[in-house]
Amino acid sequence: MKKLLLGNEALAQGAIDAGLSGVYAYPGTPSTEITEYIQKSKIAQELNIHSSWSVNEKTAMEAALGMSYAGKKSMVVMKHVGLNVAADVFMNMSVSGINGGLVVVVADDPSMHSSQNEQDSRYYGKFAMIPMLEPSNQQECYNITKYAFELSEKLGIPVLIRLVTRLSHSRAGVVTGDRIAQNRVHLPKISTQFQLIPMHARGRYQHLVDIQPDMLEISENSAFNKFHQETNKTIGIIASGIAYNYLMENFEEGNCPYPVLKISQYPLPKEPIKELFDTCKKILVLEDGYPFIEEAISDFLGENRKVIGRLSGDIPRVGELNPDNIANALGFDIVINDKLPKVVMGRPPQLCVGCGHNDLFNAINALKKETENQQVFGDIGCSALGVLSPYESINTLIEMGSSITMAKGASDAGIHPAIAVIGDSTFTHSGMTGLLDAIIEKTPITIIISDNSAIAMTGAQDSAASGRLISICKGLGIEDDHLKIITPLHKNLQENIDIIREEINYKGVSVVISQRPCVQLPKEKKDKLKEYTNVSIN
Amino acid sequence: MHSKINIILAGVGGQGILTIAAILDTAALDNNLHIKQSEVHGMSQRGGAVQSHVRISDQPIFSDLIPQGKADIIISVEPMELLRYLPFLKKDGYLITDSNPFENISNYPELETIYDEIKSHKNHILIDAMKIAKDLGNSKATNIVLLGAASSLIPLSDESFQKAIATLFERKGERIVAKNLEAYLKGKEIAAEIVS
Repeated sequence: MKKLLLGNEALAQGAIDAGLSGVYAYPGTPSTEITEYIQKSKIAQELNIHSSWSVNEKTAMEAALGMSYAGKKSMVVMKHVGLNVAADVFMNMSVSGINGGLVVVVADDPSMHSSQNEQDSRYYGKFAMIPMLEPSNQQECYNITKYAFELSEKLGIPVLIRLVTRLSHSRAGVVTGDRIAQNRVHLPKISTQFQLIPMHARGRYQHLVDIQPDMLEISENSAFNKFHQETNKTIGIIASGIAYNYLMENFEEGNCPYPVLKISQYPLPKEPIKELFDTCKKILVLEDGYPFIEEAISDFLGENRKVIGRLSGDIPRVGELNPDNIANALGFDIVINDKLPKVVMGRPPQLCVGCGHNDLFNAINALKKETENQQVFGDIGCSALGVLSPYESINTLIEMGSSITMAKGASDAGIHPAIAVIGDSTFTHSGMTGLLDAIIEKTPITIIISDNSAIAMTGAQDSAASGRLISICKGLGIEDDHLKIITPLHKNLQENIDIIREEINYKGVSVVISQRPCVQLPKEKKDKLKEYTNVSIN
Repeated sequence: MHSKINIILAGVGGQGILTIAAILDTAALDNNLHIKQSEVHGMSQRGGAVQSHVRISDQPIFSDLIPQGKADIIISVEPMELLRYLPFLKKDGYLITDSNPFENISNYPELETIYDEIKSHKNHILIDAMKIAKDLGNSKATNIVLLGAASSLIPLSDESFQKAIATLFERKGERIVAKNLEAYLKGKEIAAEIVS
């Protein structure tokens, strides 16, 4: 029977049916629903598939590798920028290889719907020299995931699946198949495989290099890469992943008159690309994200340009693909209309009515009026909305955890007051180590942990910080006198301003925990959180 | 009947456009039709502009996104949000919207100018769906009233719509199912009066 599934959900079902024993992840749009689907799946519960959230993408990937070491099939899921956090283990586990099948799923966000960049994870896959899969539709999300585990075990290395927002968050009917059994615990056959001291690592790296031709051969014979031979050779088209659908949308019943190479598996298959080069006058490359394929197959100086795409300007260099910008590149007579009636105003996202961050920003803004030099370093999550009107409280927003360390660097340079504002989950994700840096040097910064006890922006998932913030801060070495708790409510505004001001004036590290549960949390969770709050610092 | 239809659903994060999408999906799946339905998750769900592209066809569908100028209908739960997707509307396509503004921005335009723009399109259904829902004793059913108003333009049977609504609200109990069916029928009735 067909089930109507998001691309993310189809992928998750594919993993369950591939014999998965554990998924490890930190929430991040557009990847979140993959793990949530497994968390809610009855069959996953019966099979005892691990699915609890990890503290960050690095810990998630390491745990997935540990499960693979023990012989079971594991998956690690993240948004594109999460792979930066996990890059250390990612780059090294391609060298060590895996034992039980290990699949890395990364959801890219072209057009930056919910992200700070549109980095293309295919470069990471190439960097790590591992096979990559890029499904073009929901059914392929399911099929490719099952195949990815098989491929990972066949080659003994991790496999990367790359998604994009539009596929992650679009539904279609999906036919599912049989479920493959989970692996039993079995340790690696070669005892040195996972011991990457230089003398072993050199051998493992040589092995990774040696199996590259095998990967290419598998890719060239992959059923997920399809070559449609057509007669009109004025242009040959390479379309990867979801771009294939946008291309076909432009032709009645998908009858494209030009040769089309659909790519859903990497390394790039050489044979069909060579054939396109030999037989077609021009090559149009359609890919969502960076010009990864176009760059790989273009001539370096672009003087004898036969390949067109994002680099040549035929497709916009930034932003996601759609049927319309592809129609334009094909030379169809369409006018892209981005003019809206004048009455249509922008409606950016904003904090929910009753959100605690709101009251915190009011306090910070009041303090800003007292000093000319106040700089506020922000962080990822709902609190990032403090950048926007009506607050405009935050001066910087870069990546997970950077609020504390940027405040430290700015303070080292002489900025005072230097305030960091970071959410509770972002703090446990990547803020704790930076806090330790500041404590060691007694840097005069004020860190406000805006604790709503949830990973709010992605849907109020459980935060690893809940109930642990005081002990973490004290454990890292924050002095009791400079660890304060405030409740961000309008009635407490003056008191909160006074507390923060006092800590700004302290010539050392202070942490102020601004604590009020996310309004999106269900009542049962809020009630449960009351056990954590009202805990005194001493 | 058409063999395919492209619908854009519009609103502000939290206004319930995904419920309309789920009913359309369920009804289409029940009729063994092909569906693609894209939606917005993440940042914009926090009070920002959100949209869903719903495509239903008896033929396989390629793109998850509707090309510009190919939407048959735009259904919006907020009047300014309706206009945000005008480039997608087909010539002579239908605009269907609730008339109540959601004013969470400081530069929200004069409401009459929005209505004038909507009325300048021949095919529009501008109704106070919120009031209709409230009068029926279920203020949460604004979206279902709008779906009812659009239903006769969508190539799915009345029976399939009602069955899908019943399926979707089943867990909330019989009373809620009945209330939503009532909202659907009222929307349908009012649209019939306007169109005729």
